Amino acid sequence: MRITQGTFSYLPDLSDDQIKAQVQYCLDNDWPVSVEYTDDPHPRNVYWEMWGKPMFDLKDPEGVMQEINECRQTFPNHYIRVNGYDRRLGRQTTALSFIVNRPQEEPGFRVDRVEMNDRVVKYTLHSYATDKPKGQRYE
Amino acid sequence: MTDEQTTPQAEGANIQTPAEDTALVDIDTAYREANVQQLLDELDRELIGLKPVKSRIREIASLLLIELLREKVSLSTERPTLHMSFTGRPGTGKTTVALRMAKILHHLGFVRKGHLVVATRDDLVGQYVGHTAPKTKEMLKRAMGGVLFIDEAYYLYRPENERDYGQEAIEMLLQAMENHRDNLVVILAGYKDRMDTFFQSNPGFHSRIAHHIDFPDYSLDELMEIAELMVRQQMYVFDDPSRQAFCEYLELRMQRPHFSNARSVRNAIDRIKMRQASRLVQQGGLIAKEELARIDVSDIRQSRVFQGELNGQ
Repeated sequence: MRITQGTFSYLPDLSDDQIKAQVQYCLDNDWPVSVEYTDDPHPRNVYWEMWGKPMFDLKDPEGVMQEINECRQTFPNHYIRVNGYDRRLGRQTTALSFIVNRPQEEPGFRVDRVEMNDRVVKYTLHSYATDKPKGQRYE
Repeated sequence: MTDEQTTPQAEGANIQTPAEDTALVDIDTAYREANVQQLLDELDRELIGLKPVKSRIREIASLLLIELLREKVSLSTERPTLHMSFTGRPGTGKTTVALRMAKILHHLGFVRKGHLVVATRDDLVGQYVGHTAPKTKEMLKRAMGGVLFIDEAYYLYRPENERDYGQEAIEMLLQAMENHRDNLVVILAGYKDRMDTFFQSNPGFHSRIAHHIDFPDYSLDELMEIAELMVRQQMYVFDDPSRQAFCEYLELRMQRPHFSNARSVRNAIDRIKMRQASRLVQQGGLIAKEELARIDVSDIRQSRVFQGELNGQ
């Protein structure tokens, strides 16, 4: 099951040139760009691992592209995303976030039902990827 | 559509691509369209003296333009090396020229953004093991698409301390100069003699740098012209006696140690402005607009250079 998270996730995967153009848009808006990766794609998992520090004062997307490619080389079967952070007072939030790398096989999720008191049923999502321990999930 | 029409065009230089070998390439149009002439004229007008530097820059600009045209008619095999070294005494305009160089390279389409990132040893070399590589990498990333200007580059290499982390930064720089030739132009700057020793002990740098430009010291007349220009830009005026006094001041100042050309002139003018201001405040009362702009001879004569007390140092 294809994970759809962040911007552009319903589109086909972005090519490198398209990624560069998006990063350029962030830099033109004075948003520092960072690269993050994870092997746990649960939608509630907001804490992805940081790949290096966020990049400040860049003018050209080539520097970000270099980091993305290094991250892809190290984690070819992880999810990798690029974040643009808008630090302006009043916004101070991630302004743009999109996936630039995904595993070849994405096992997807199942719904778990838990019966509570008074026949109340609670639903939760369970990621098949997290059945295996960390580090072996996408190999 | 023929293949030629789909080849990507460098920004600012839309040169018609001839379909056959016999077709002619219009150098004049290309020259005009790249807006290089305008930048070179600006360089001539706004920078005083530096004759050899200007002619070298002209040469480089022509070389790059021809390179661009050759690329259009698919004669070129690979991009030329653009890394440079600027050598000269302090205050001879190395940073200013580097800024202009970045603009020229940008107009010709050899760098994408044309900004200048100034780095010194502190920005590149770390303080402990494993600190240098990320620091250097960050600076390199920042300079991508523009020009990395390394001031006093010889400080990177400290032969007296074999554990110095400078060597690590040098290796990363060399690697980037080779692998990111399309993304980055590196300009090294510093005193001539120390740069020469630096290149001798790091032959890798010497062979990767295509253009060595030496900045000569300014003559007295050129310094006077620079002073006039600075004074005019700041909306002050010299009257005749004060101009004469400033000329004498420069003559004395040039013989003193630590004279740093245009920078010394700028500092001197700053001090003169301060003396003029305190003179006017002490004088008080009503003054005319011209008096606010005029530099009096006494503002200059008060300088310590004239007292002779520091001559021995």
